[in-house]
Amino acid sequence: MTDTINAGITHGLYTEGEPIADTKAPAGPIAQMWTTRRFEAALVNPANRRKLDVIIVGTGLAGGSAAATLGEAGYNVKSFCFQDSPRRAHSIAAQGGINAAKNYKEDGDSVYRLFYDTVKGGDYRSRETNVYRLAEVSANIIDQCVAQGVPFARDYGGLLDNRSFGGVQVSRTFYARGQTGQQLLIGAYQALERQVAAGTVTTYTRHEMLEVVVVDGRARGIIVRDLVTGEIETHLADAVVLASGGYGNVFFLSTNAMGSNVTASWRAHRKGAYMANPCYTQIHPTCIPVSGEHQSKLTLMSESLRNDGRIWVPKNREDCDKDPRDIPEEDRDYYLERIYPSYGNLVPRDIASRQAKNVCDEGRGVGPKVGDFRRGVYLDFADAIERLGQEAVSEKYGNLFDMYARITGEDPYKVPMRIYPAVHYVMGGLWVDYDLQSSIPGLFVAGEANFSDHGANRLGASALMQGLADGYFVLPNTIRDYLAKAPFEPVTADHPEVVAARQSVQSRTERLLAINGERSVDSFHRELGQVMWEYCGMERSEEGLLKAIDLIRGLREEFWRNVRVLGAADTLNQSLERAGRVADFLELGELMCIDALHRRESCGGHFRVESQTEDGEALRHDDEYAYVAAWESTGGDGFGELGTPVLHKEDLVYEAIQLKQRSYK
Amino acid sequence: MNLTLKIWRQPGPRHQGSMQTYKVTDISEDMSFLEMLDILNEQLNAKGEEPIAFDSDCREGICGSCGLMISGKAHGPEKTTTCQLHMRSFTDGEVITVEPWRANAFPVIKDLVVDRGAFDRIIQAGGYISVNTGSAPEANAAPVPKPHADRAFMAAECIGCGACVAACPNASAMLFMGAKVTHLSELPQGQPERDARVVSMVDQHDHEGFGGCTNVGACSQACPKGIPQDVISTLNKDLRAALRR
Ligand SMILES: Cc1cc2nc3c(=O)[nH]c(=O)nc-3n(C[C@H](O)[C@H](O)[C@H](O)COP(=O)(O)OP(=O)(O)OC[C@H]3O[C@@H](n4cnc5c(N)ncnc54)[C@H](O)[C@@H]3O)c2cc1C
Ligand code: SF4
Ligand code: FES
Repeated sequence: MTDTINAGITHGLYTEGEPIADTKAPAGPIAQMWTTRRFEAALVNPANRRKLDVIIVGTGLAGGSAAATLGEAGYNVKSFCFQDSPRRAHSIAAQGGINAAKNYKEDGDSVYRLFYDTVKGGDYRSRETNVYRLAEVSANIIDQCVAQGVPFARDYGGLLDNRSFGGVQVSRTFYARGQTGQQLLIGAYQALERQVAAGTVTTYTRHEMLEVVVVDGRARGIIVRDLVTGEIETHLADAVVLASGGYGNVFFLSTNAMGSNVTASWRAHRKGAYMANPCYTQIHPTCIPVSGEHQSKLTLMSESLRNDGRIWVPKNREDCDKDPRDIPEEDRDYYLERIYPSYGNLVPRDIASRQAKNVCDEGRGVGPKVGDFRRGVYLDFADAIERLGQEAVSEKYGNLFDMYARITGEDPYKVPMRIYPAVHYVMGGLWVDYDLQSSIPGLFVAGEANFSDHGANRLGASALMQGLADGYFVLPNTIRDYLAKAPFEPVTADHPEVVAARQSVQSRTERLLAINGERSVDSFHRELGQVMWEYCGMERSEEGLLKAIDLIRGLREEFWRNVRVLGAADTLNQSLERAGRVADFLELGELMCIDALHRRESCGGHFRVESQTEDGEALRHDDEYAYVAAWESTGGDGFGELGTPVLHKEDLVYEAIQLKQRSYK
Repeated sequence: MNLTLKIWRQPGPRHQGSMQTYKVTDISEDMSFLEMLDILNEQLNAKGEEPIAFDSDCREGICGSCGLMISGKAHGPEKTTTCQLHMRSFTDGEVITVEPWRANAFPVIKDLVVDRGAFDRIIQAGGYISVNTGSAPEANAAPVPKPHADRAFMAAECIGCGACVAACPNASAMLFMGAKVTHLSELPQGQPERDARVVSMVDQHDHEGFGGCTNVGACSQACPKGIPQDVISTLNKDLRAALRR
C-alpha cells in the first residue's frame, strides 16, 4: 500500500517535510488544560492595551465576536469585511442551531459527552485538546448571547428550549426558529457596534484583504482594497486575526453566500501559513436541487425533514420523468430503508448524501436534467400527511414547505419534494496551535477559516459553537499572551516587506485587468466547480484525483491567458473582485485534490473507493492516517504556478478518548 | 421568456445616472431575479460592456444585501427579498424597470448599489445591550414570558435591507428602528438602557437625513420579513415615555 500512498510523491505532486506538533496545550489532565493555559498566558496591563493594534479580518460569528471582545478589553481594533455591513457576514445564514453542554434537560449531557460526541462525529481526525475546550466554553456562549438579547426559543415557563440535532442522543441544541445564525450574528454585531461607538473598534466595510504583511517572520499587517474607490491601502498592527470563513465556494455551487471565498486564507498560506486538511468538506444531504445551468447557489433545507419524509427514487429509469404520484409503490426504491434497515432515512449526513449521488449516477435521479443527468431524489411526505394530517405536518415544517414552494414553484404538500446533496461547510483551513496561532507568529485564525475542531466530519450545530467559542472566549485569552511580548519593532509603510506586499497586490490587479481575453470569470469558476464536485466531492479515487489535477492546471493556465475582466481598478468593480477570488480558488482546488489523493482512507464524508469494507462501506485507517495534514506552500509565481507543496504531519494523540470504527448498519 | 429591462446605470457617486434599455431572452421561470441579472451581465461582458453592479450575498433572503426597486416596488411584486423573487412572477414580454433604493440617506455608489452605512450608525447610537464578554449571568436566570419572547423574536427578524426606507414617500427608517427598539424593549435585559436607547437612535436617524413617519404604511407593505407597523407605535410610545422622564 505504501506505494500508492506515495503516489503523490512519485508523481512529483508534493514532498514530505518535518512533522509538526502543537506546543501550546499545557500538560496535565484534559479537564484542567484550559484553566492552566489561561492562567499561564501573560497579561497586558490596561494602559498598554490602548497602544496595541489588532487587525481582524471578517465580521462573522468568529470575527465579530473577537473584535467586540478585544475592543472591550481596550485594544485598538480594526475590523474588516467585504460586505457593506458587518451584519451581513455569511454566518447570518445558518439555520439549525448551536450546541452547548448546559444539560438543561437533565438528560445526561455534560462537557465530556459533548466533547466525546464531537470527536466521534469528526471521525477521530480532530485535535482532542481543542475539542475539549470547545465543549468546556460552550455553556458560556449561551449565557453571553442571552445577555445580549439573542431571542432563543423558550418554553411556556419562560426558560430556554432545546432540541436534538444530527443524530445525537441528548437535547443540547439551542435555536431561534430557522434563523439561529442570524440572531447570533446580530448579537455579535451589536456588541461590535457598541465598541465602534466607544471608539475601541474601527470598522472598514467594503474592504477586501488581498495580502498579509510579514516582517521578520511575524504578521504585522494587511493590504486591502477599498472596494468602492479601488484604493489599495496598507494597515499595520501588532497582530492579525483571520476570521474570514470557509471556502466551500471552490465548488461553485454550494450553500455558502456568493462572496464567501478563500482569498484571505490563501494569501496567508502563500506567505507561510500551513493549510491543514484542505480536502475535508461537509456535504449536506437535504438541499434544493439544481434546476438549470443558470443557478448561482444552492439552498439548504433543514435536515429535520428527514424525521418524517421518506426518501425514494423510481426503480426503473424509464419512470424518472413521470409524475411521481403515478408511480406505484412496487416501482419505488426506498433505497435508504432498503440498505440501512436500522437507521433508514435517518442515516448520518455523509451516507445519505453518498447514496443519493449513487442512485442519480445510476441514472435513476428525478427532476429536470442538468447536463446529462437528473440530480434529485424524492423526499416524500405523503405517508406523514396521511398518518399525522396535513395540519400537523404544516405545523412542524410549514416554513420549509413554503420556502421550497417559493423556490421551485411546486407544492410539496401535493408532489414529493426533491432534494440533492450540496457542499455546505469546510473543516479544513489554516493550521493553528492550541492558541489559534498559525505557523506565522502573530497571525491568528478563528472560526471556519482555521482547520478547526471538527476533524473529518461535522455534526450539526457545532460550527456556530466553534465560531463564537473562538471569538468570545479563546482568542481574547490566547492573543494576549502574544501581545504581552510587545512592543515589537516599529514597522512603517515604507518597509521593504510592506512595499513588496503592496506591489504584489497592485500587479495582480493590473494583470487581471490587462488580460482582456474571451471568457468570463464565472465560466472558469463553474468549470472548476464541476471538476471539484466530480472528483474531489463525496467520492474520490486516485485516478479521478490525478485527472482533476490535470484539468485544474489546464484551467488555471487558460484563466491567466484568457479571462475577461472589464472595468477599471479605481472604482467599484465586482468582476475584478470575483476574478481575484477565482484565481485563488484555482490554486486551492489543486491543493485540495493533492490532499485528497494522499489520504488513501475513507473518513468522515469522504469516500475513497480504494478504501472500503466488503459490503461497500467507508473504511478508515487509523494506523496510517491518524494525523493532520498540514501543507506548506513553496511559492510559485502567483499567476497560476503553484509550486510543489510540502506535507507536514501532526500526529493526533488520543488520551482521553479511544479510537473506534463506526458502523451504520 | 423574453423581457425588456430598463436599468439605472450610474458610473459613480458623483456621476449622472440614466436609464438604459436591455433585452434578455430565454429566461427560465425558475431563475431568481438576480440570476436573470447574472445572465444579462454575462452577455454584457461578452460584448465588452461593463456588467451592472448590484449587491447580493446569501441569495436566500437572510443577509439583507440585495434590494432593488423593481417596476416601482421595493423588492418587486412579491413580499420577499429580491434574491428570492423568481421570474415566474413576471410575464413573457414584460417591460421591467430596475432602480436602486431611493433615499437621501442611501447615496448611490454605482449602478444599483447604495450605501446603507446609516443603518450601522443608528445601531451604534444605542441598538445594543451593554454587556461585556464573560460577565454574563446564567442564561436561565431571567425567564422571559412567552408573549414577550415571541414579540421580541418577531421584531428581531428584520434583516436591515432598507426596503422600508425605499418604499416610504418620506424615506423614513422608522420601521427598521422600531424593529430594533421593540426587539430589545421586550426583553428584561433591554430595560436599563430603554430610555437612552430610543432617544439616541431617533436623534441619529434624523441626523442621517431620514424623513419623519407620517403613517403611510408603505414600509410594512414592502418589508420582506413582515415586520408590522405597530413596532413604530412601540417606538413612539417609548420615545414619549423617555422624553417625559
Ligand atoms: C446554509 C448554512 C446553514 C448552516 N447552518 C448551521 C447550523 O445550523 N449550525 C452550525 O453550527 N453551523 C451551521 N453552518 C455553518 C456555519 O454557518 C459557518 O461555519 C460559520 O457561520 C462560519 O463563521 P465564520 O465567522 O468563521 O465566517 P463567516 O461568517 O463566513 O464570515 C466571514 C467573514 O470574513 C469576511 N471576509 C472573508 N474574506 C475576506 C477578505 N479577503 N477581506 C475582508 N473580509 C473578508 C467576510 O466579509 C465575513 O465578514 C451553516 C452553514 C450554511 C452555509
Ligand atoms: S424593517 Fe423590513 S424592510 Fe425595513 S430593513 Fe428591516 S427587513 Fe428590511
Ligand atoms: S442576497 Fe441576502 S437577502 Fe438577498
